[in-house]
Amino acid sequence: MPDLLLELFSEEIPARMQAKAAEDLRRMVTDRLVAEGLVYEGAKAFATPRRLALTVHGIPARQPDLKDERRGPRVGGPEAAIQGFLKATGLTSVEEATIQKDKKGDFYVALIEKPGRAAIDVLAEILPVIIRTFPWPKSMRWGARSAKLGSLNWVRPLHAITATFGLETEEPDVVPFSVDGIEAGQTTYGHRFMAPAAINVRRFEDYDAKLLNAKVVLDPQRRKDAILTDARQLAFAQGFELVEDPTLLDEVAGLVEWPVVLMGSFEKEFLSIPGEVIRATIRNNMKCFVVNDPRTGKLTNKFVLTANIETADGGKTIVGGNEKVIRARLSDAKFFYETDLKTRLEDRLPKFDAIVFHEKLGTQAERIARIERLATEIAPLVAADVAKATRAARLAKADLLTEVVGEFPELQGLMGKYYAQAQGEDASIAAASEEHYKPQGPNDYVPTNPVSIAVALADKIDTLVGFWAIDEKPTGSKDPYALRRAALGVIRLILENALRLSLVKLANFAIPGLPEKHTADAAKLPPDLLAFFADRLKVQLREHGARHDLVDAVFALDGQDDLLMIVRRVEALAAFLDTDDGKNLLAGTKRASNILAIEEKRDKRTFDGAPDPALYSLAEEKALANAIEQVKIEASAAVAKEDFAGAMTAMAKLRPAVDAFFDKVKVNDDDPKVRENRLRLLNQIRAATRAVADFSKIEG
Amino acid sequence: MESLPPHMRPDRSFQAFILALQTFWAEQGCVILQPYDMEMGAGTFHPATTLRALGPKPWNAAYVQPSRRPKDGRYGENPNRLQHYYQFQVIMKPSPPYLQELYLKSLAAIGIDSSLHDIRFVEDDWESPTLGAWGLGWECWCDGMEVSQFTYFQQVAGVECSPVAGELTYGLERLAMYVQGVDRVYDLNFNGRDGAERVSYGDVFLQAEQEYSRHNFEYADTAMLFEQFRMAEEACRKYLAAGWREGSNRKEHLMALPAYDQCIKASHVFNLLDARGVISVTERQSYILRVRELAKACGEAWIHTEAGSAGG
Repeated sequence: MPDLLLELFSEEIPARMQAKAAEDLRRMVTDRLVAEGLVYEGAKAFATPRRLALTVHGIPARQPDLKDERRGPRVGGPEAAIQGFLKATGLTSVEEATIQKDKKGDFYVALIEKPGRAAIDVLAEILPVIIRTFPWPKSMRWGARSAKLGSLNWVRPLHAITATFGLETEEPDVVPFSVDGIEAGQTTYGHRFMAPAAINVRRFEDYDAKLLNAKVVLDPQRRKDAILTDARQLAFAQGFELVEDPTLLDEVAGLVEWPVVLMGSFEKEFLSIPGEVIRATIRNNMKCFVVNDPRTGKLTNKFVLTANIETADGGKTIVGGNEKVIRARLSDAKFFYETDLKTRLEDRLPKFDAIVFHEKLGTQAERIARIERLATEIAPLVAADVAKATRAARLAKADLLTEVVGEFPELQGLMGKYYAQAQGEDASIAAASEEHYKPQGPNDYVPTNPVSIAVALADKIDTLVGFWAIDEKPTGSKDPYALRRAALGVIRLILENALRLSLVKLANFAIPGLPEKHTADAAKLPPDLLAFFADRLKVQLREHGARHDLVDAVFALDGQDDLLMIVRRVEALAAFLDTDDGKNLLAGTKRASNILAIEEKRDKRTFDGAPDPALYSLAEEKALANAIEQVKIEASAAVAKEDFAGAMTAMAKLRPAVDAFFDKVKVNDDDPKVRENRLRLLNQIRAATRAVADFSKIEG
Repeated sequence: MESLPPHMRPDRSFQAFILALQTFWAEQGCVILQPYDMEMGAGTFHPATTLRALGPKPWNAAYVQPSRRPKDGRYGENPNRLQHYYQFQVIMKPSPPYLQELYLKSLAAIGIDSSLHDIRFVEDDWESPTLGAWGLGWECWCDGMEVSQFTYFQQVAGVECSPVAGELTYGLERLAMYVQGVDRVYDLNFNGRDGAERVSYGDVFLQAEQEYSRHNFEYADTAMLFEQFRMAEEACRKYLAAGWREGSNRKEHLMALPAYDQCIKASHVFNLLDARGVISVTERQSYILRVRELAKACGEAWIHTEAGSAGG
């Protein structure tokens, strides 16, 4: 079966867009082919800075013929209906229709045969549409045609389209179409500098091979492999090791068609700058890799660049040029770093008065004051030195005003740590500058230094309470202030450090610091925020395989705002529900709840209140009542000791009594007094189990 | 290049470097303009770019524009930061089909051989909030150094470009430093001569950098500047309002250029106030917005003038 080769040759496509564009092209073309009844065997797409390419092989030469029967009006039906039928089916007269019978009589049926079209004609129809509707994140117009309405939009000017279709054994045909004046053909071009001449291509295999001859490596994965192998090799040959960086590798592979990896160096004196600053300078501005010296574990004065060209001088000029730029950039970075060291962090703080954090939440200075106060309150609860936590909170944001962080925002916190160390701050205070931003996500590291924990919690709680107060909560996919991440950060800080904290109390600490006009609803805020935490906890536990309904069952109890205890309860509950006792007790409790729900609805009343022992007539009733009393006492005692497993063991004792009760006792007794008493007893089962969780929220 | 006398070679002389670019673009059919006689932050502000980019008429021009960035002054102490430097600006409307190739040829004309250097087009989406303009294009890299900006204008002064113009901006000092192989801008050979006849970039501009840095950061009269901003804004609006030809029902404008001068003025005054540190973060946004409103109103007027419209 024939194959399709498609190439869209343009000016340089941004590196970050290439991978998705290749995938979009593959998806759009193959989806349309399938929708047109052309089921293909395989497809693969590629991208370089100057081209998107797609090969689809094993496309049927023709669409299958379509046969369709369409039912029409009754024979002898109204003329308008018959005319409408003819028009809809394309028949010229009613004689062309057949007549079929059913219970109501004779009616017309049109047999429509639609012969399949040649695949190349289908391609000629769908490819221009795909090109015109291609989902680039940003696209543009260009040239004289841009003055016309409906001119083509593409990521950068599109110069040529190659589109061939045919069998392996034959000369393929050009798919006949054009888009905005660009005719599809079979001519492409090689490397911009090394082989710019036109190349005539027939099908994917010779296209790929001819491009390689013309110094273009089509497959991004091959370019990445080549860069990584060569870069490692260059570093290794000098006794060093490459600092690998997959994101940078992706980007670099999207900037070259013919990767040539070269190594350069810079003056050793720059190694006095923190390694992260050197790396940020070289990576962000120059798209180069840095190199480690395995003997010291630190950066060495080398870098690895990826050029797009082989030159007569073996890259000497290119390396020289890059070294010059890196020298200038590192001079700037060194100057910034040394300038920063001249100002103490606390002396930067007054400038925060003039910087707005959020229109409704005041300045950065006000925010820092809130975090400081909050950290002071939290410190004793997390075994942190109060004075150190207070100072750490005051200094934690100061590096935002430094030159280095201004230049490389991603170094915030880390630079604060270096500057704090340099001015002789306590190690835990310096560490908190960096660690109070953590954890940044589900896989980021969670600090264990108590001072860092206090500041990290203060920062996140202030953010959450503040944005809750001004009603800027996350909705759907929108979470511009990363509040979900902040809540997850609080959860992980608490759980992984096994901290005992009341979230409501923390929220109440934070409220008084907010601008007054936003604290009118202060009483409603903590429970509302707690519900958000419950949601985030469910997400977090679900990712670790826990059941979200158990979280609901625990949160449904009153006063649950201690995350560690909630999780312990959930764990004990999960273990209990895995036992036969647990499963049966859950079934029994559910049965009691269901009966109660029905009867409460029927009588339009609840059955609260203690049952009257005088009305027990059966042994099972008495046994259940006794078991409930005993379990209540034992379970509450265990819960009071935070022994949730013990509470579950106590709970298990309820099971035989519940089973026996349902086995022998008819709840809806004919005597209304007995009936009511038995319903009250059932209600007691529910009440007893609430010592550990609300069983009605548990699924299954 | 070998046929040129030494002082006229672009790799030896800053002025010869500029002349080579001018000659190259003149040969491509550009009108070679002289710098606009007003202070501005970038060559894009020149009406030959901002206004001429708008409207259907073809327009090809190239020129040097002194660019003033008051905040970038370093009292002459930084090897490559200047509060006054030169941009070389090319605008071609509609953008020709092979503008990238023309650009690469222009590099060859100033001594950058693309078979020896690593020249790259790296994504750069250009946006000027003060001009209400945006476009897509690249930073052009030579051996890791950004040497030019390449932009296909999509919108300028709030008006859709139709057709689209291609804009090239060369940072002249930086490029010349690379070609001459010097690390400090003040060491550039300005006139290409040697010995006593040699004039360096420092001879021409070092004192100016020192004086203007003092002025921009310490002494520029802020009360006067605030007043000038207000006056320029007011004048711009006044000229725009007065420029509509009577009875044309706002279809013909006769004073877009003088009005736009006031917009340029307001923009530069704002930059000076910003360098003096007297504009707070929140105010900053509102000043940028005010300049943009002027630019947009000027763009609207321009497309109703003879050069900016299909007529004439």
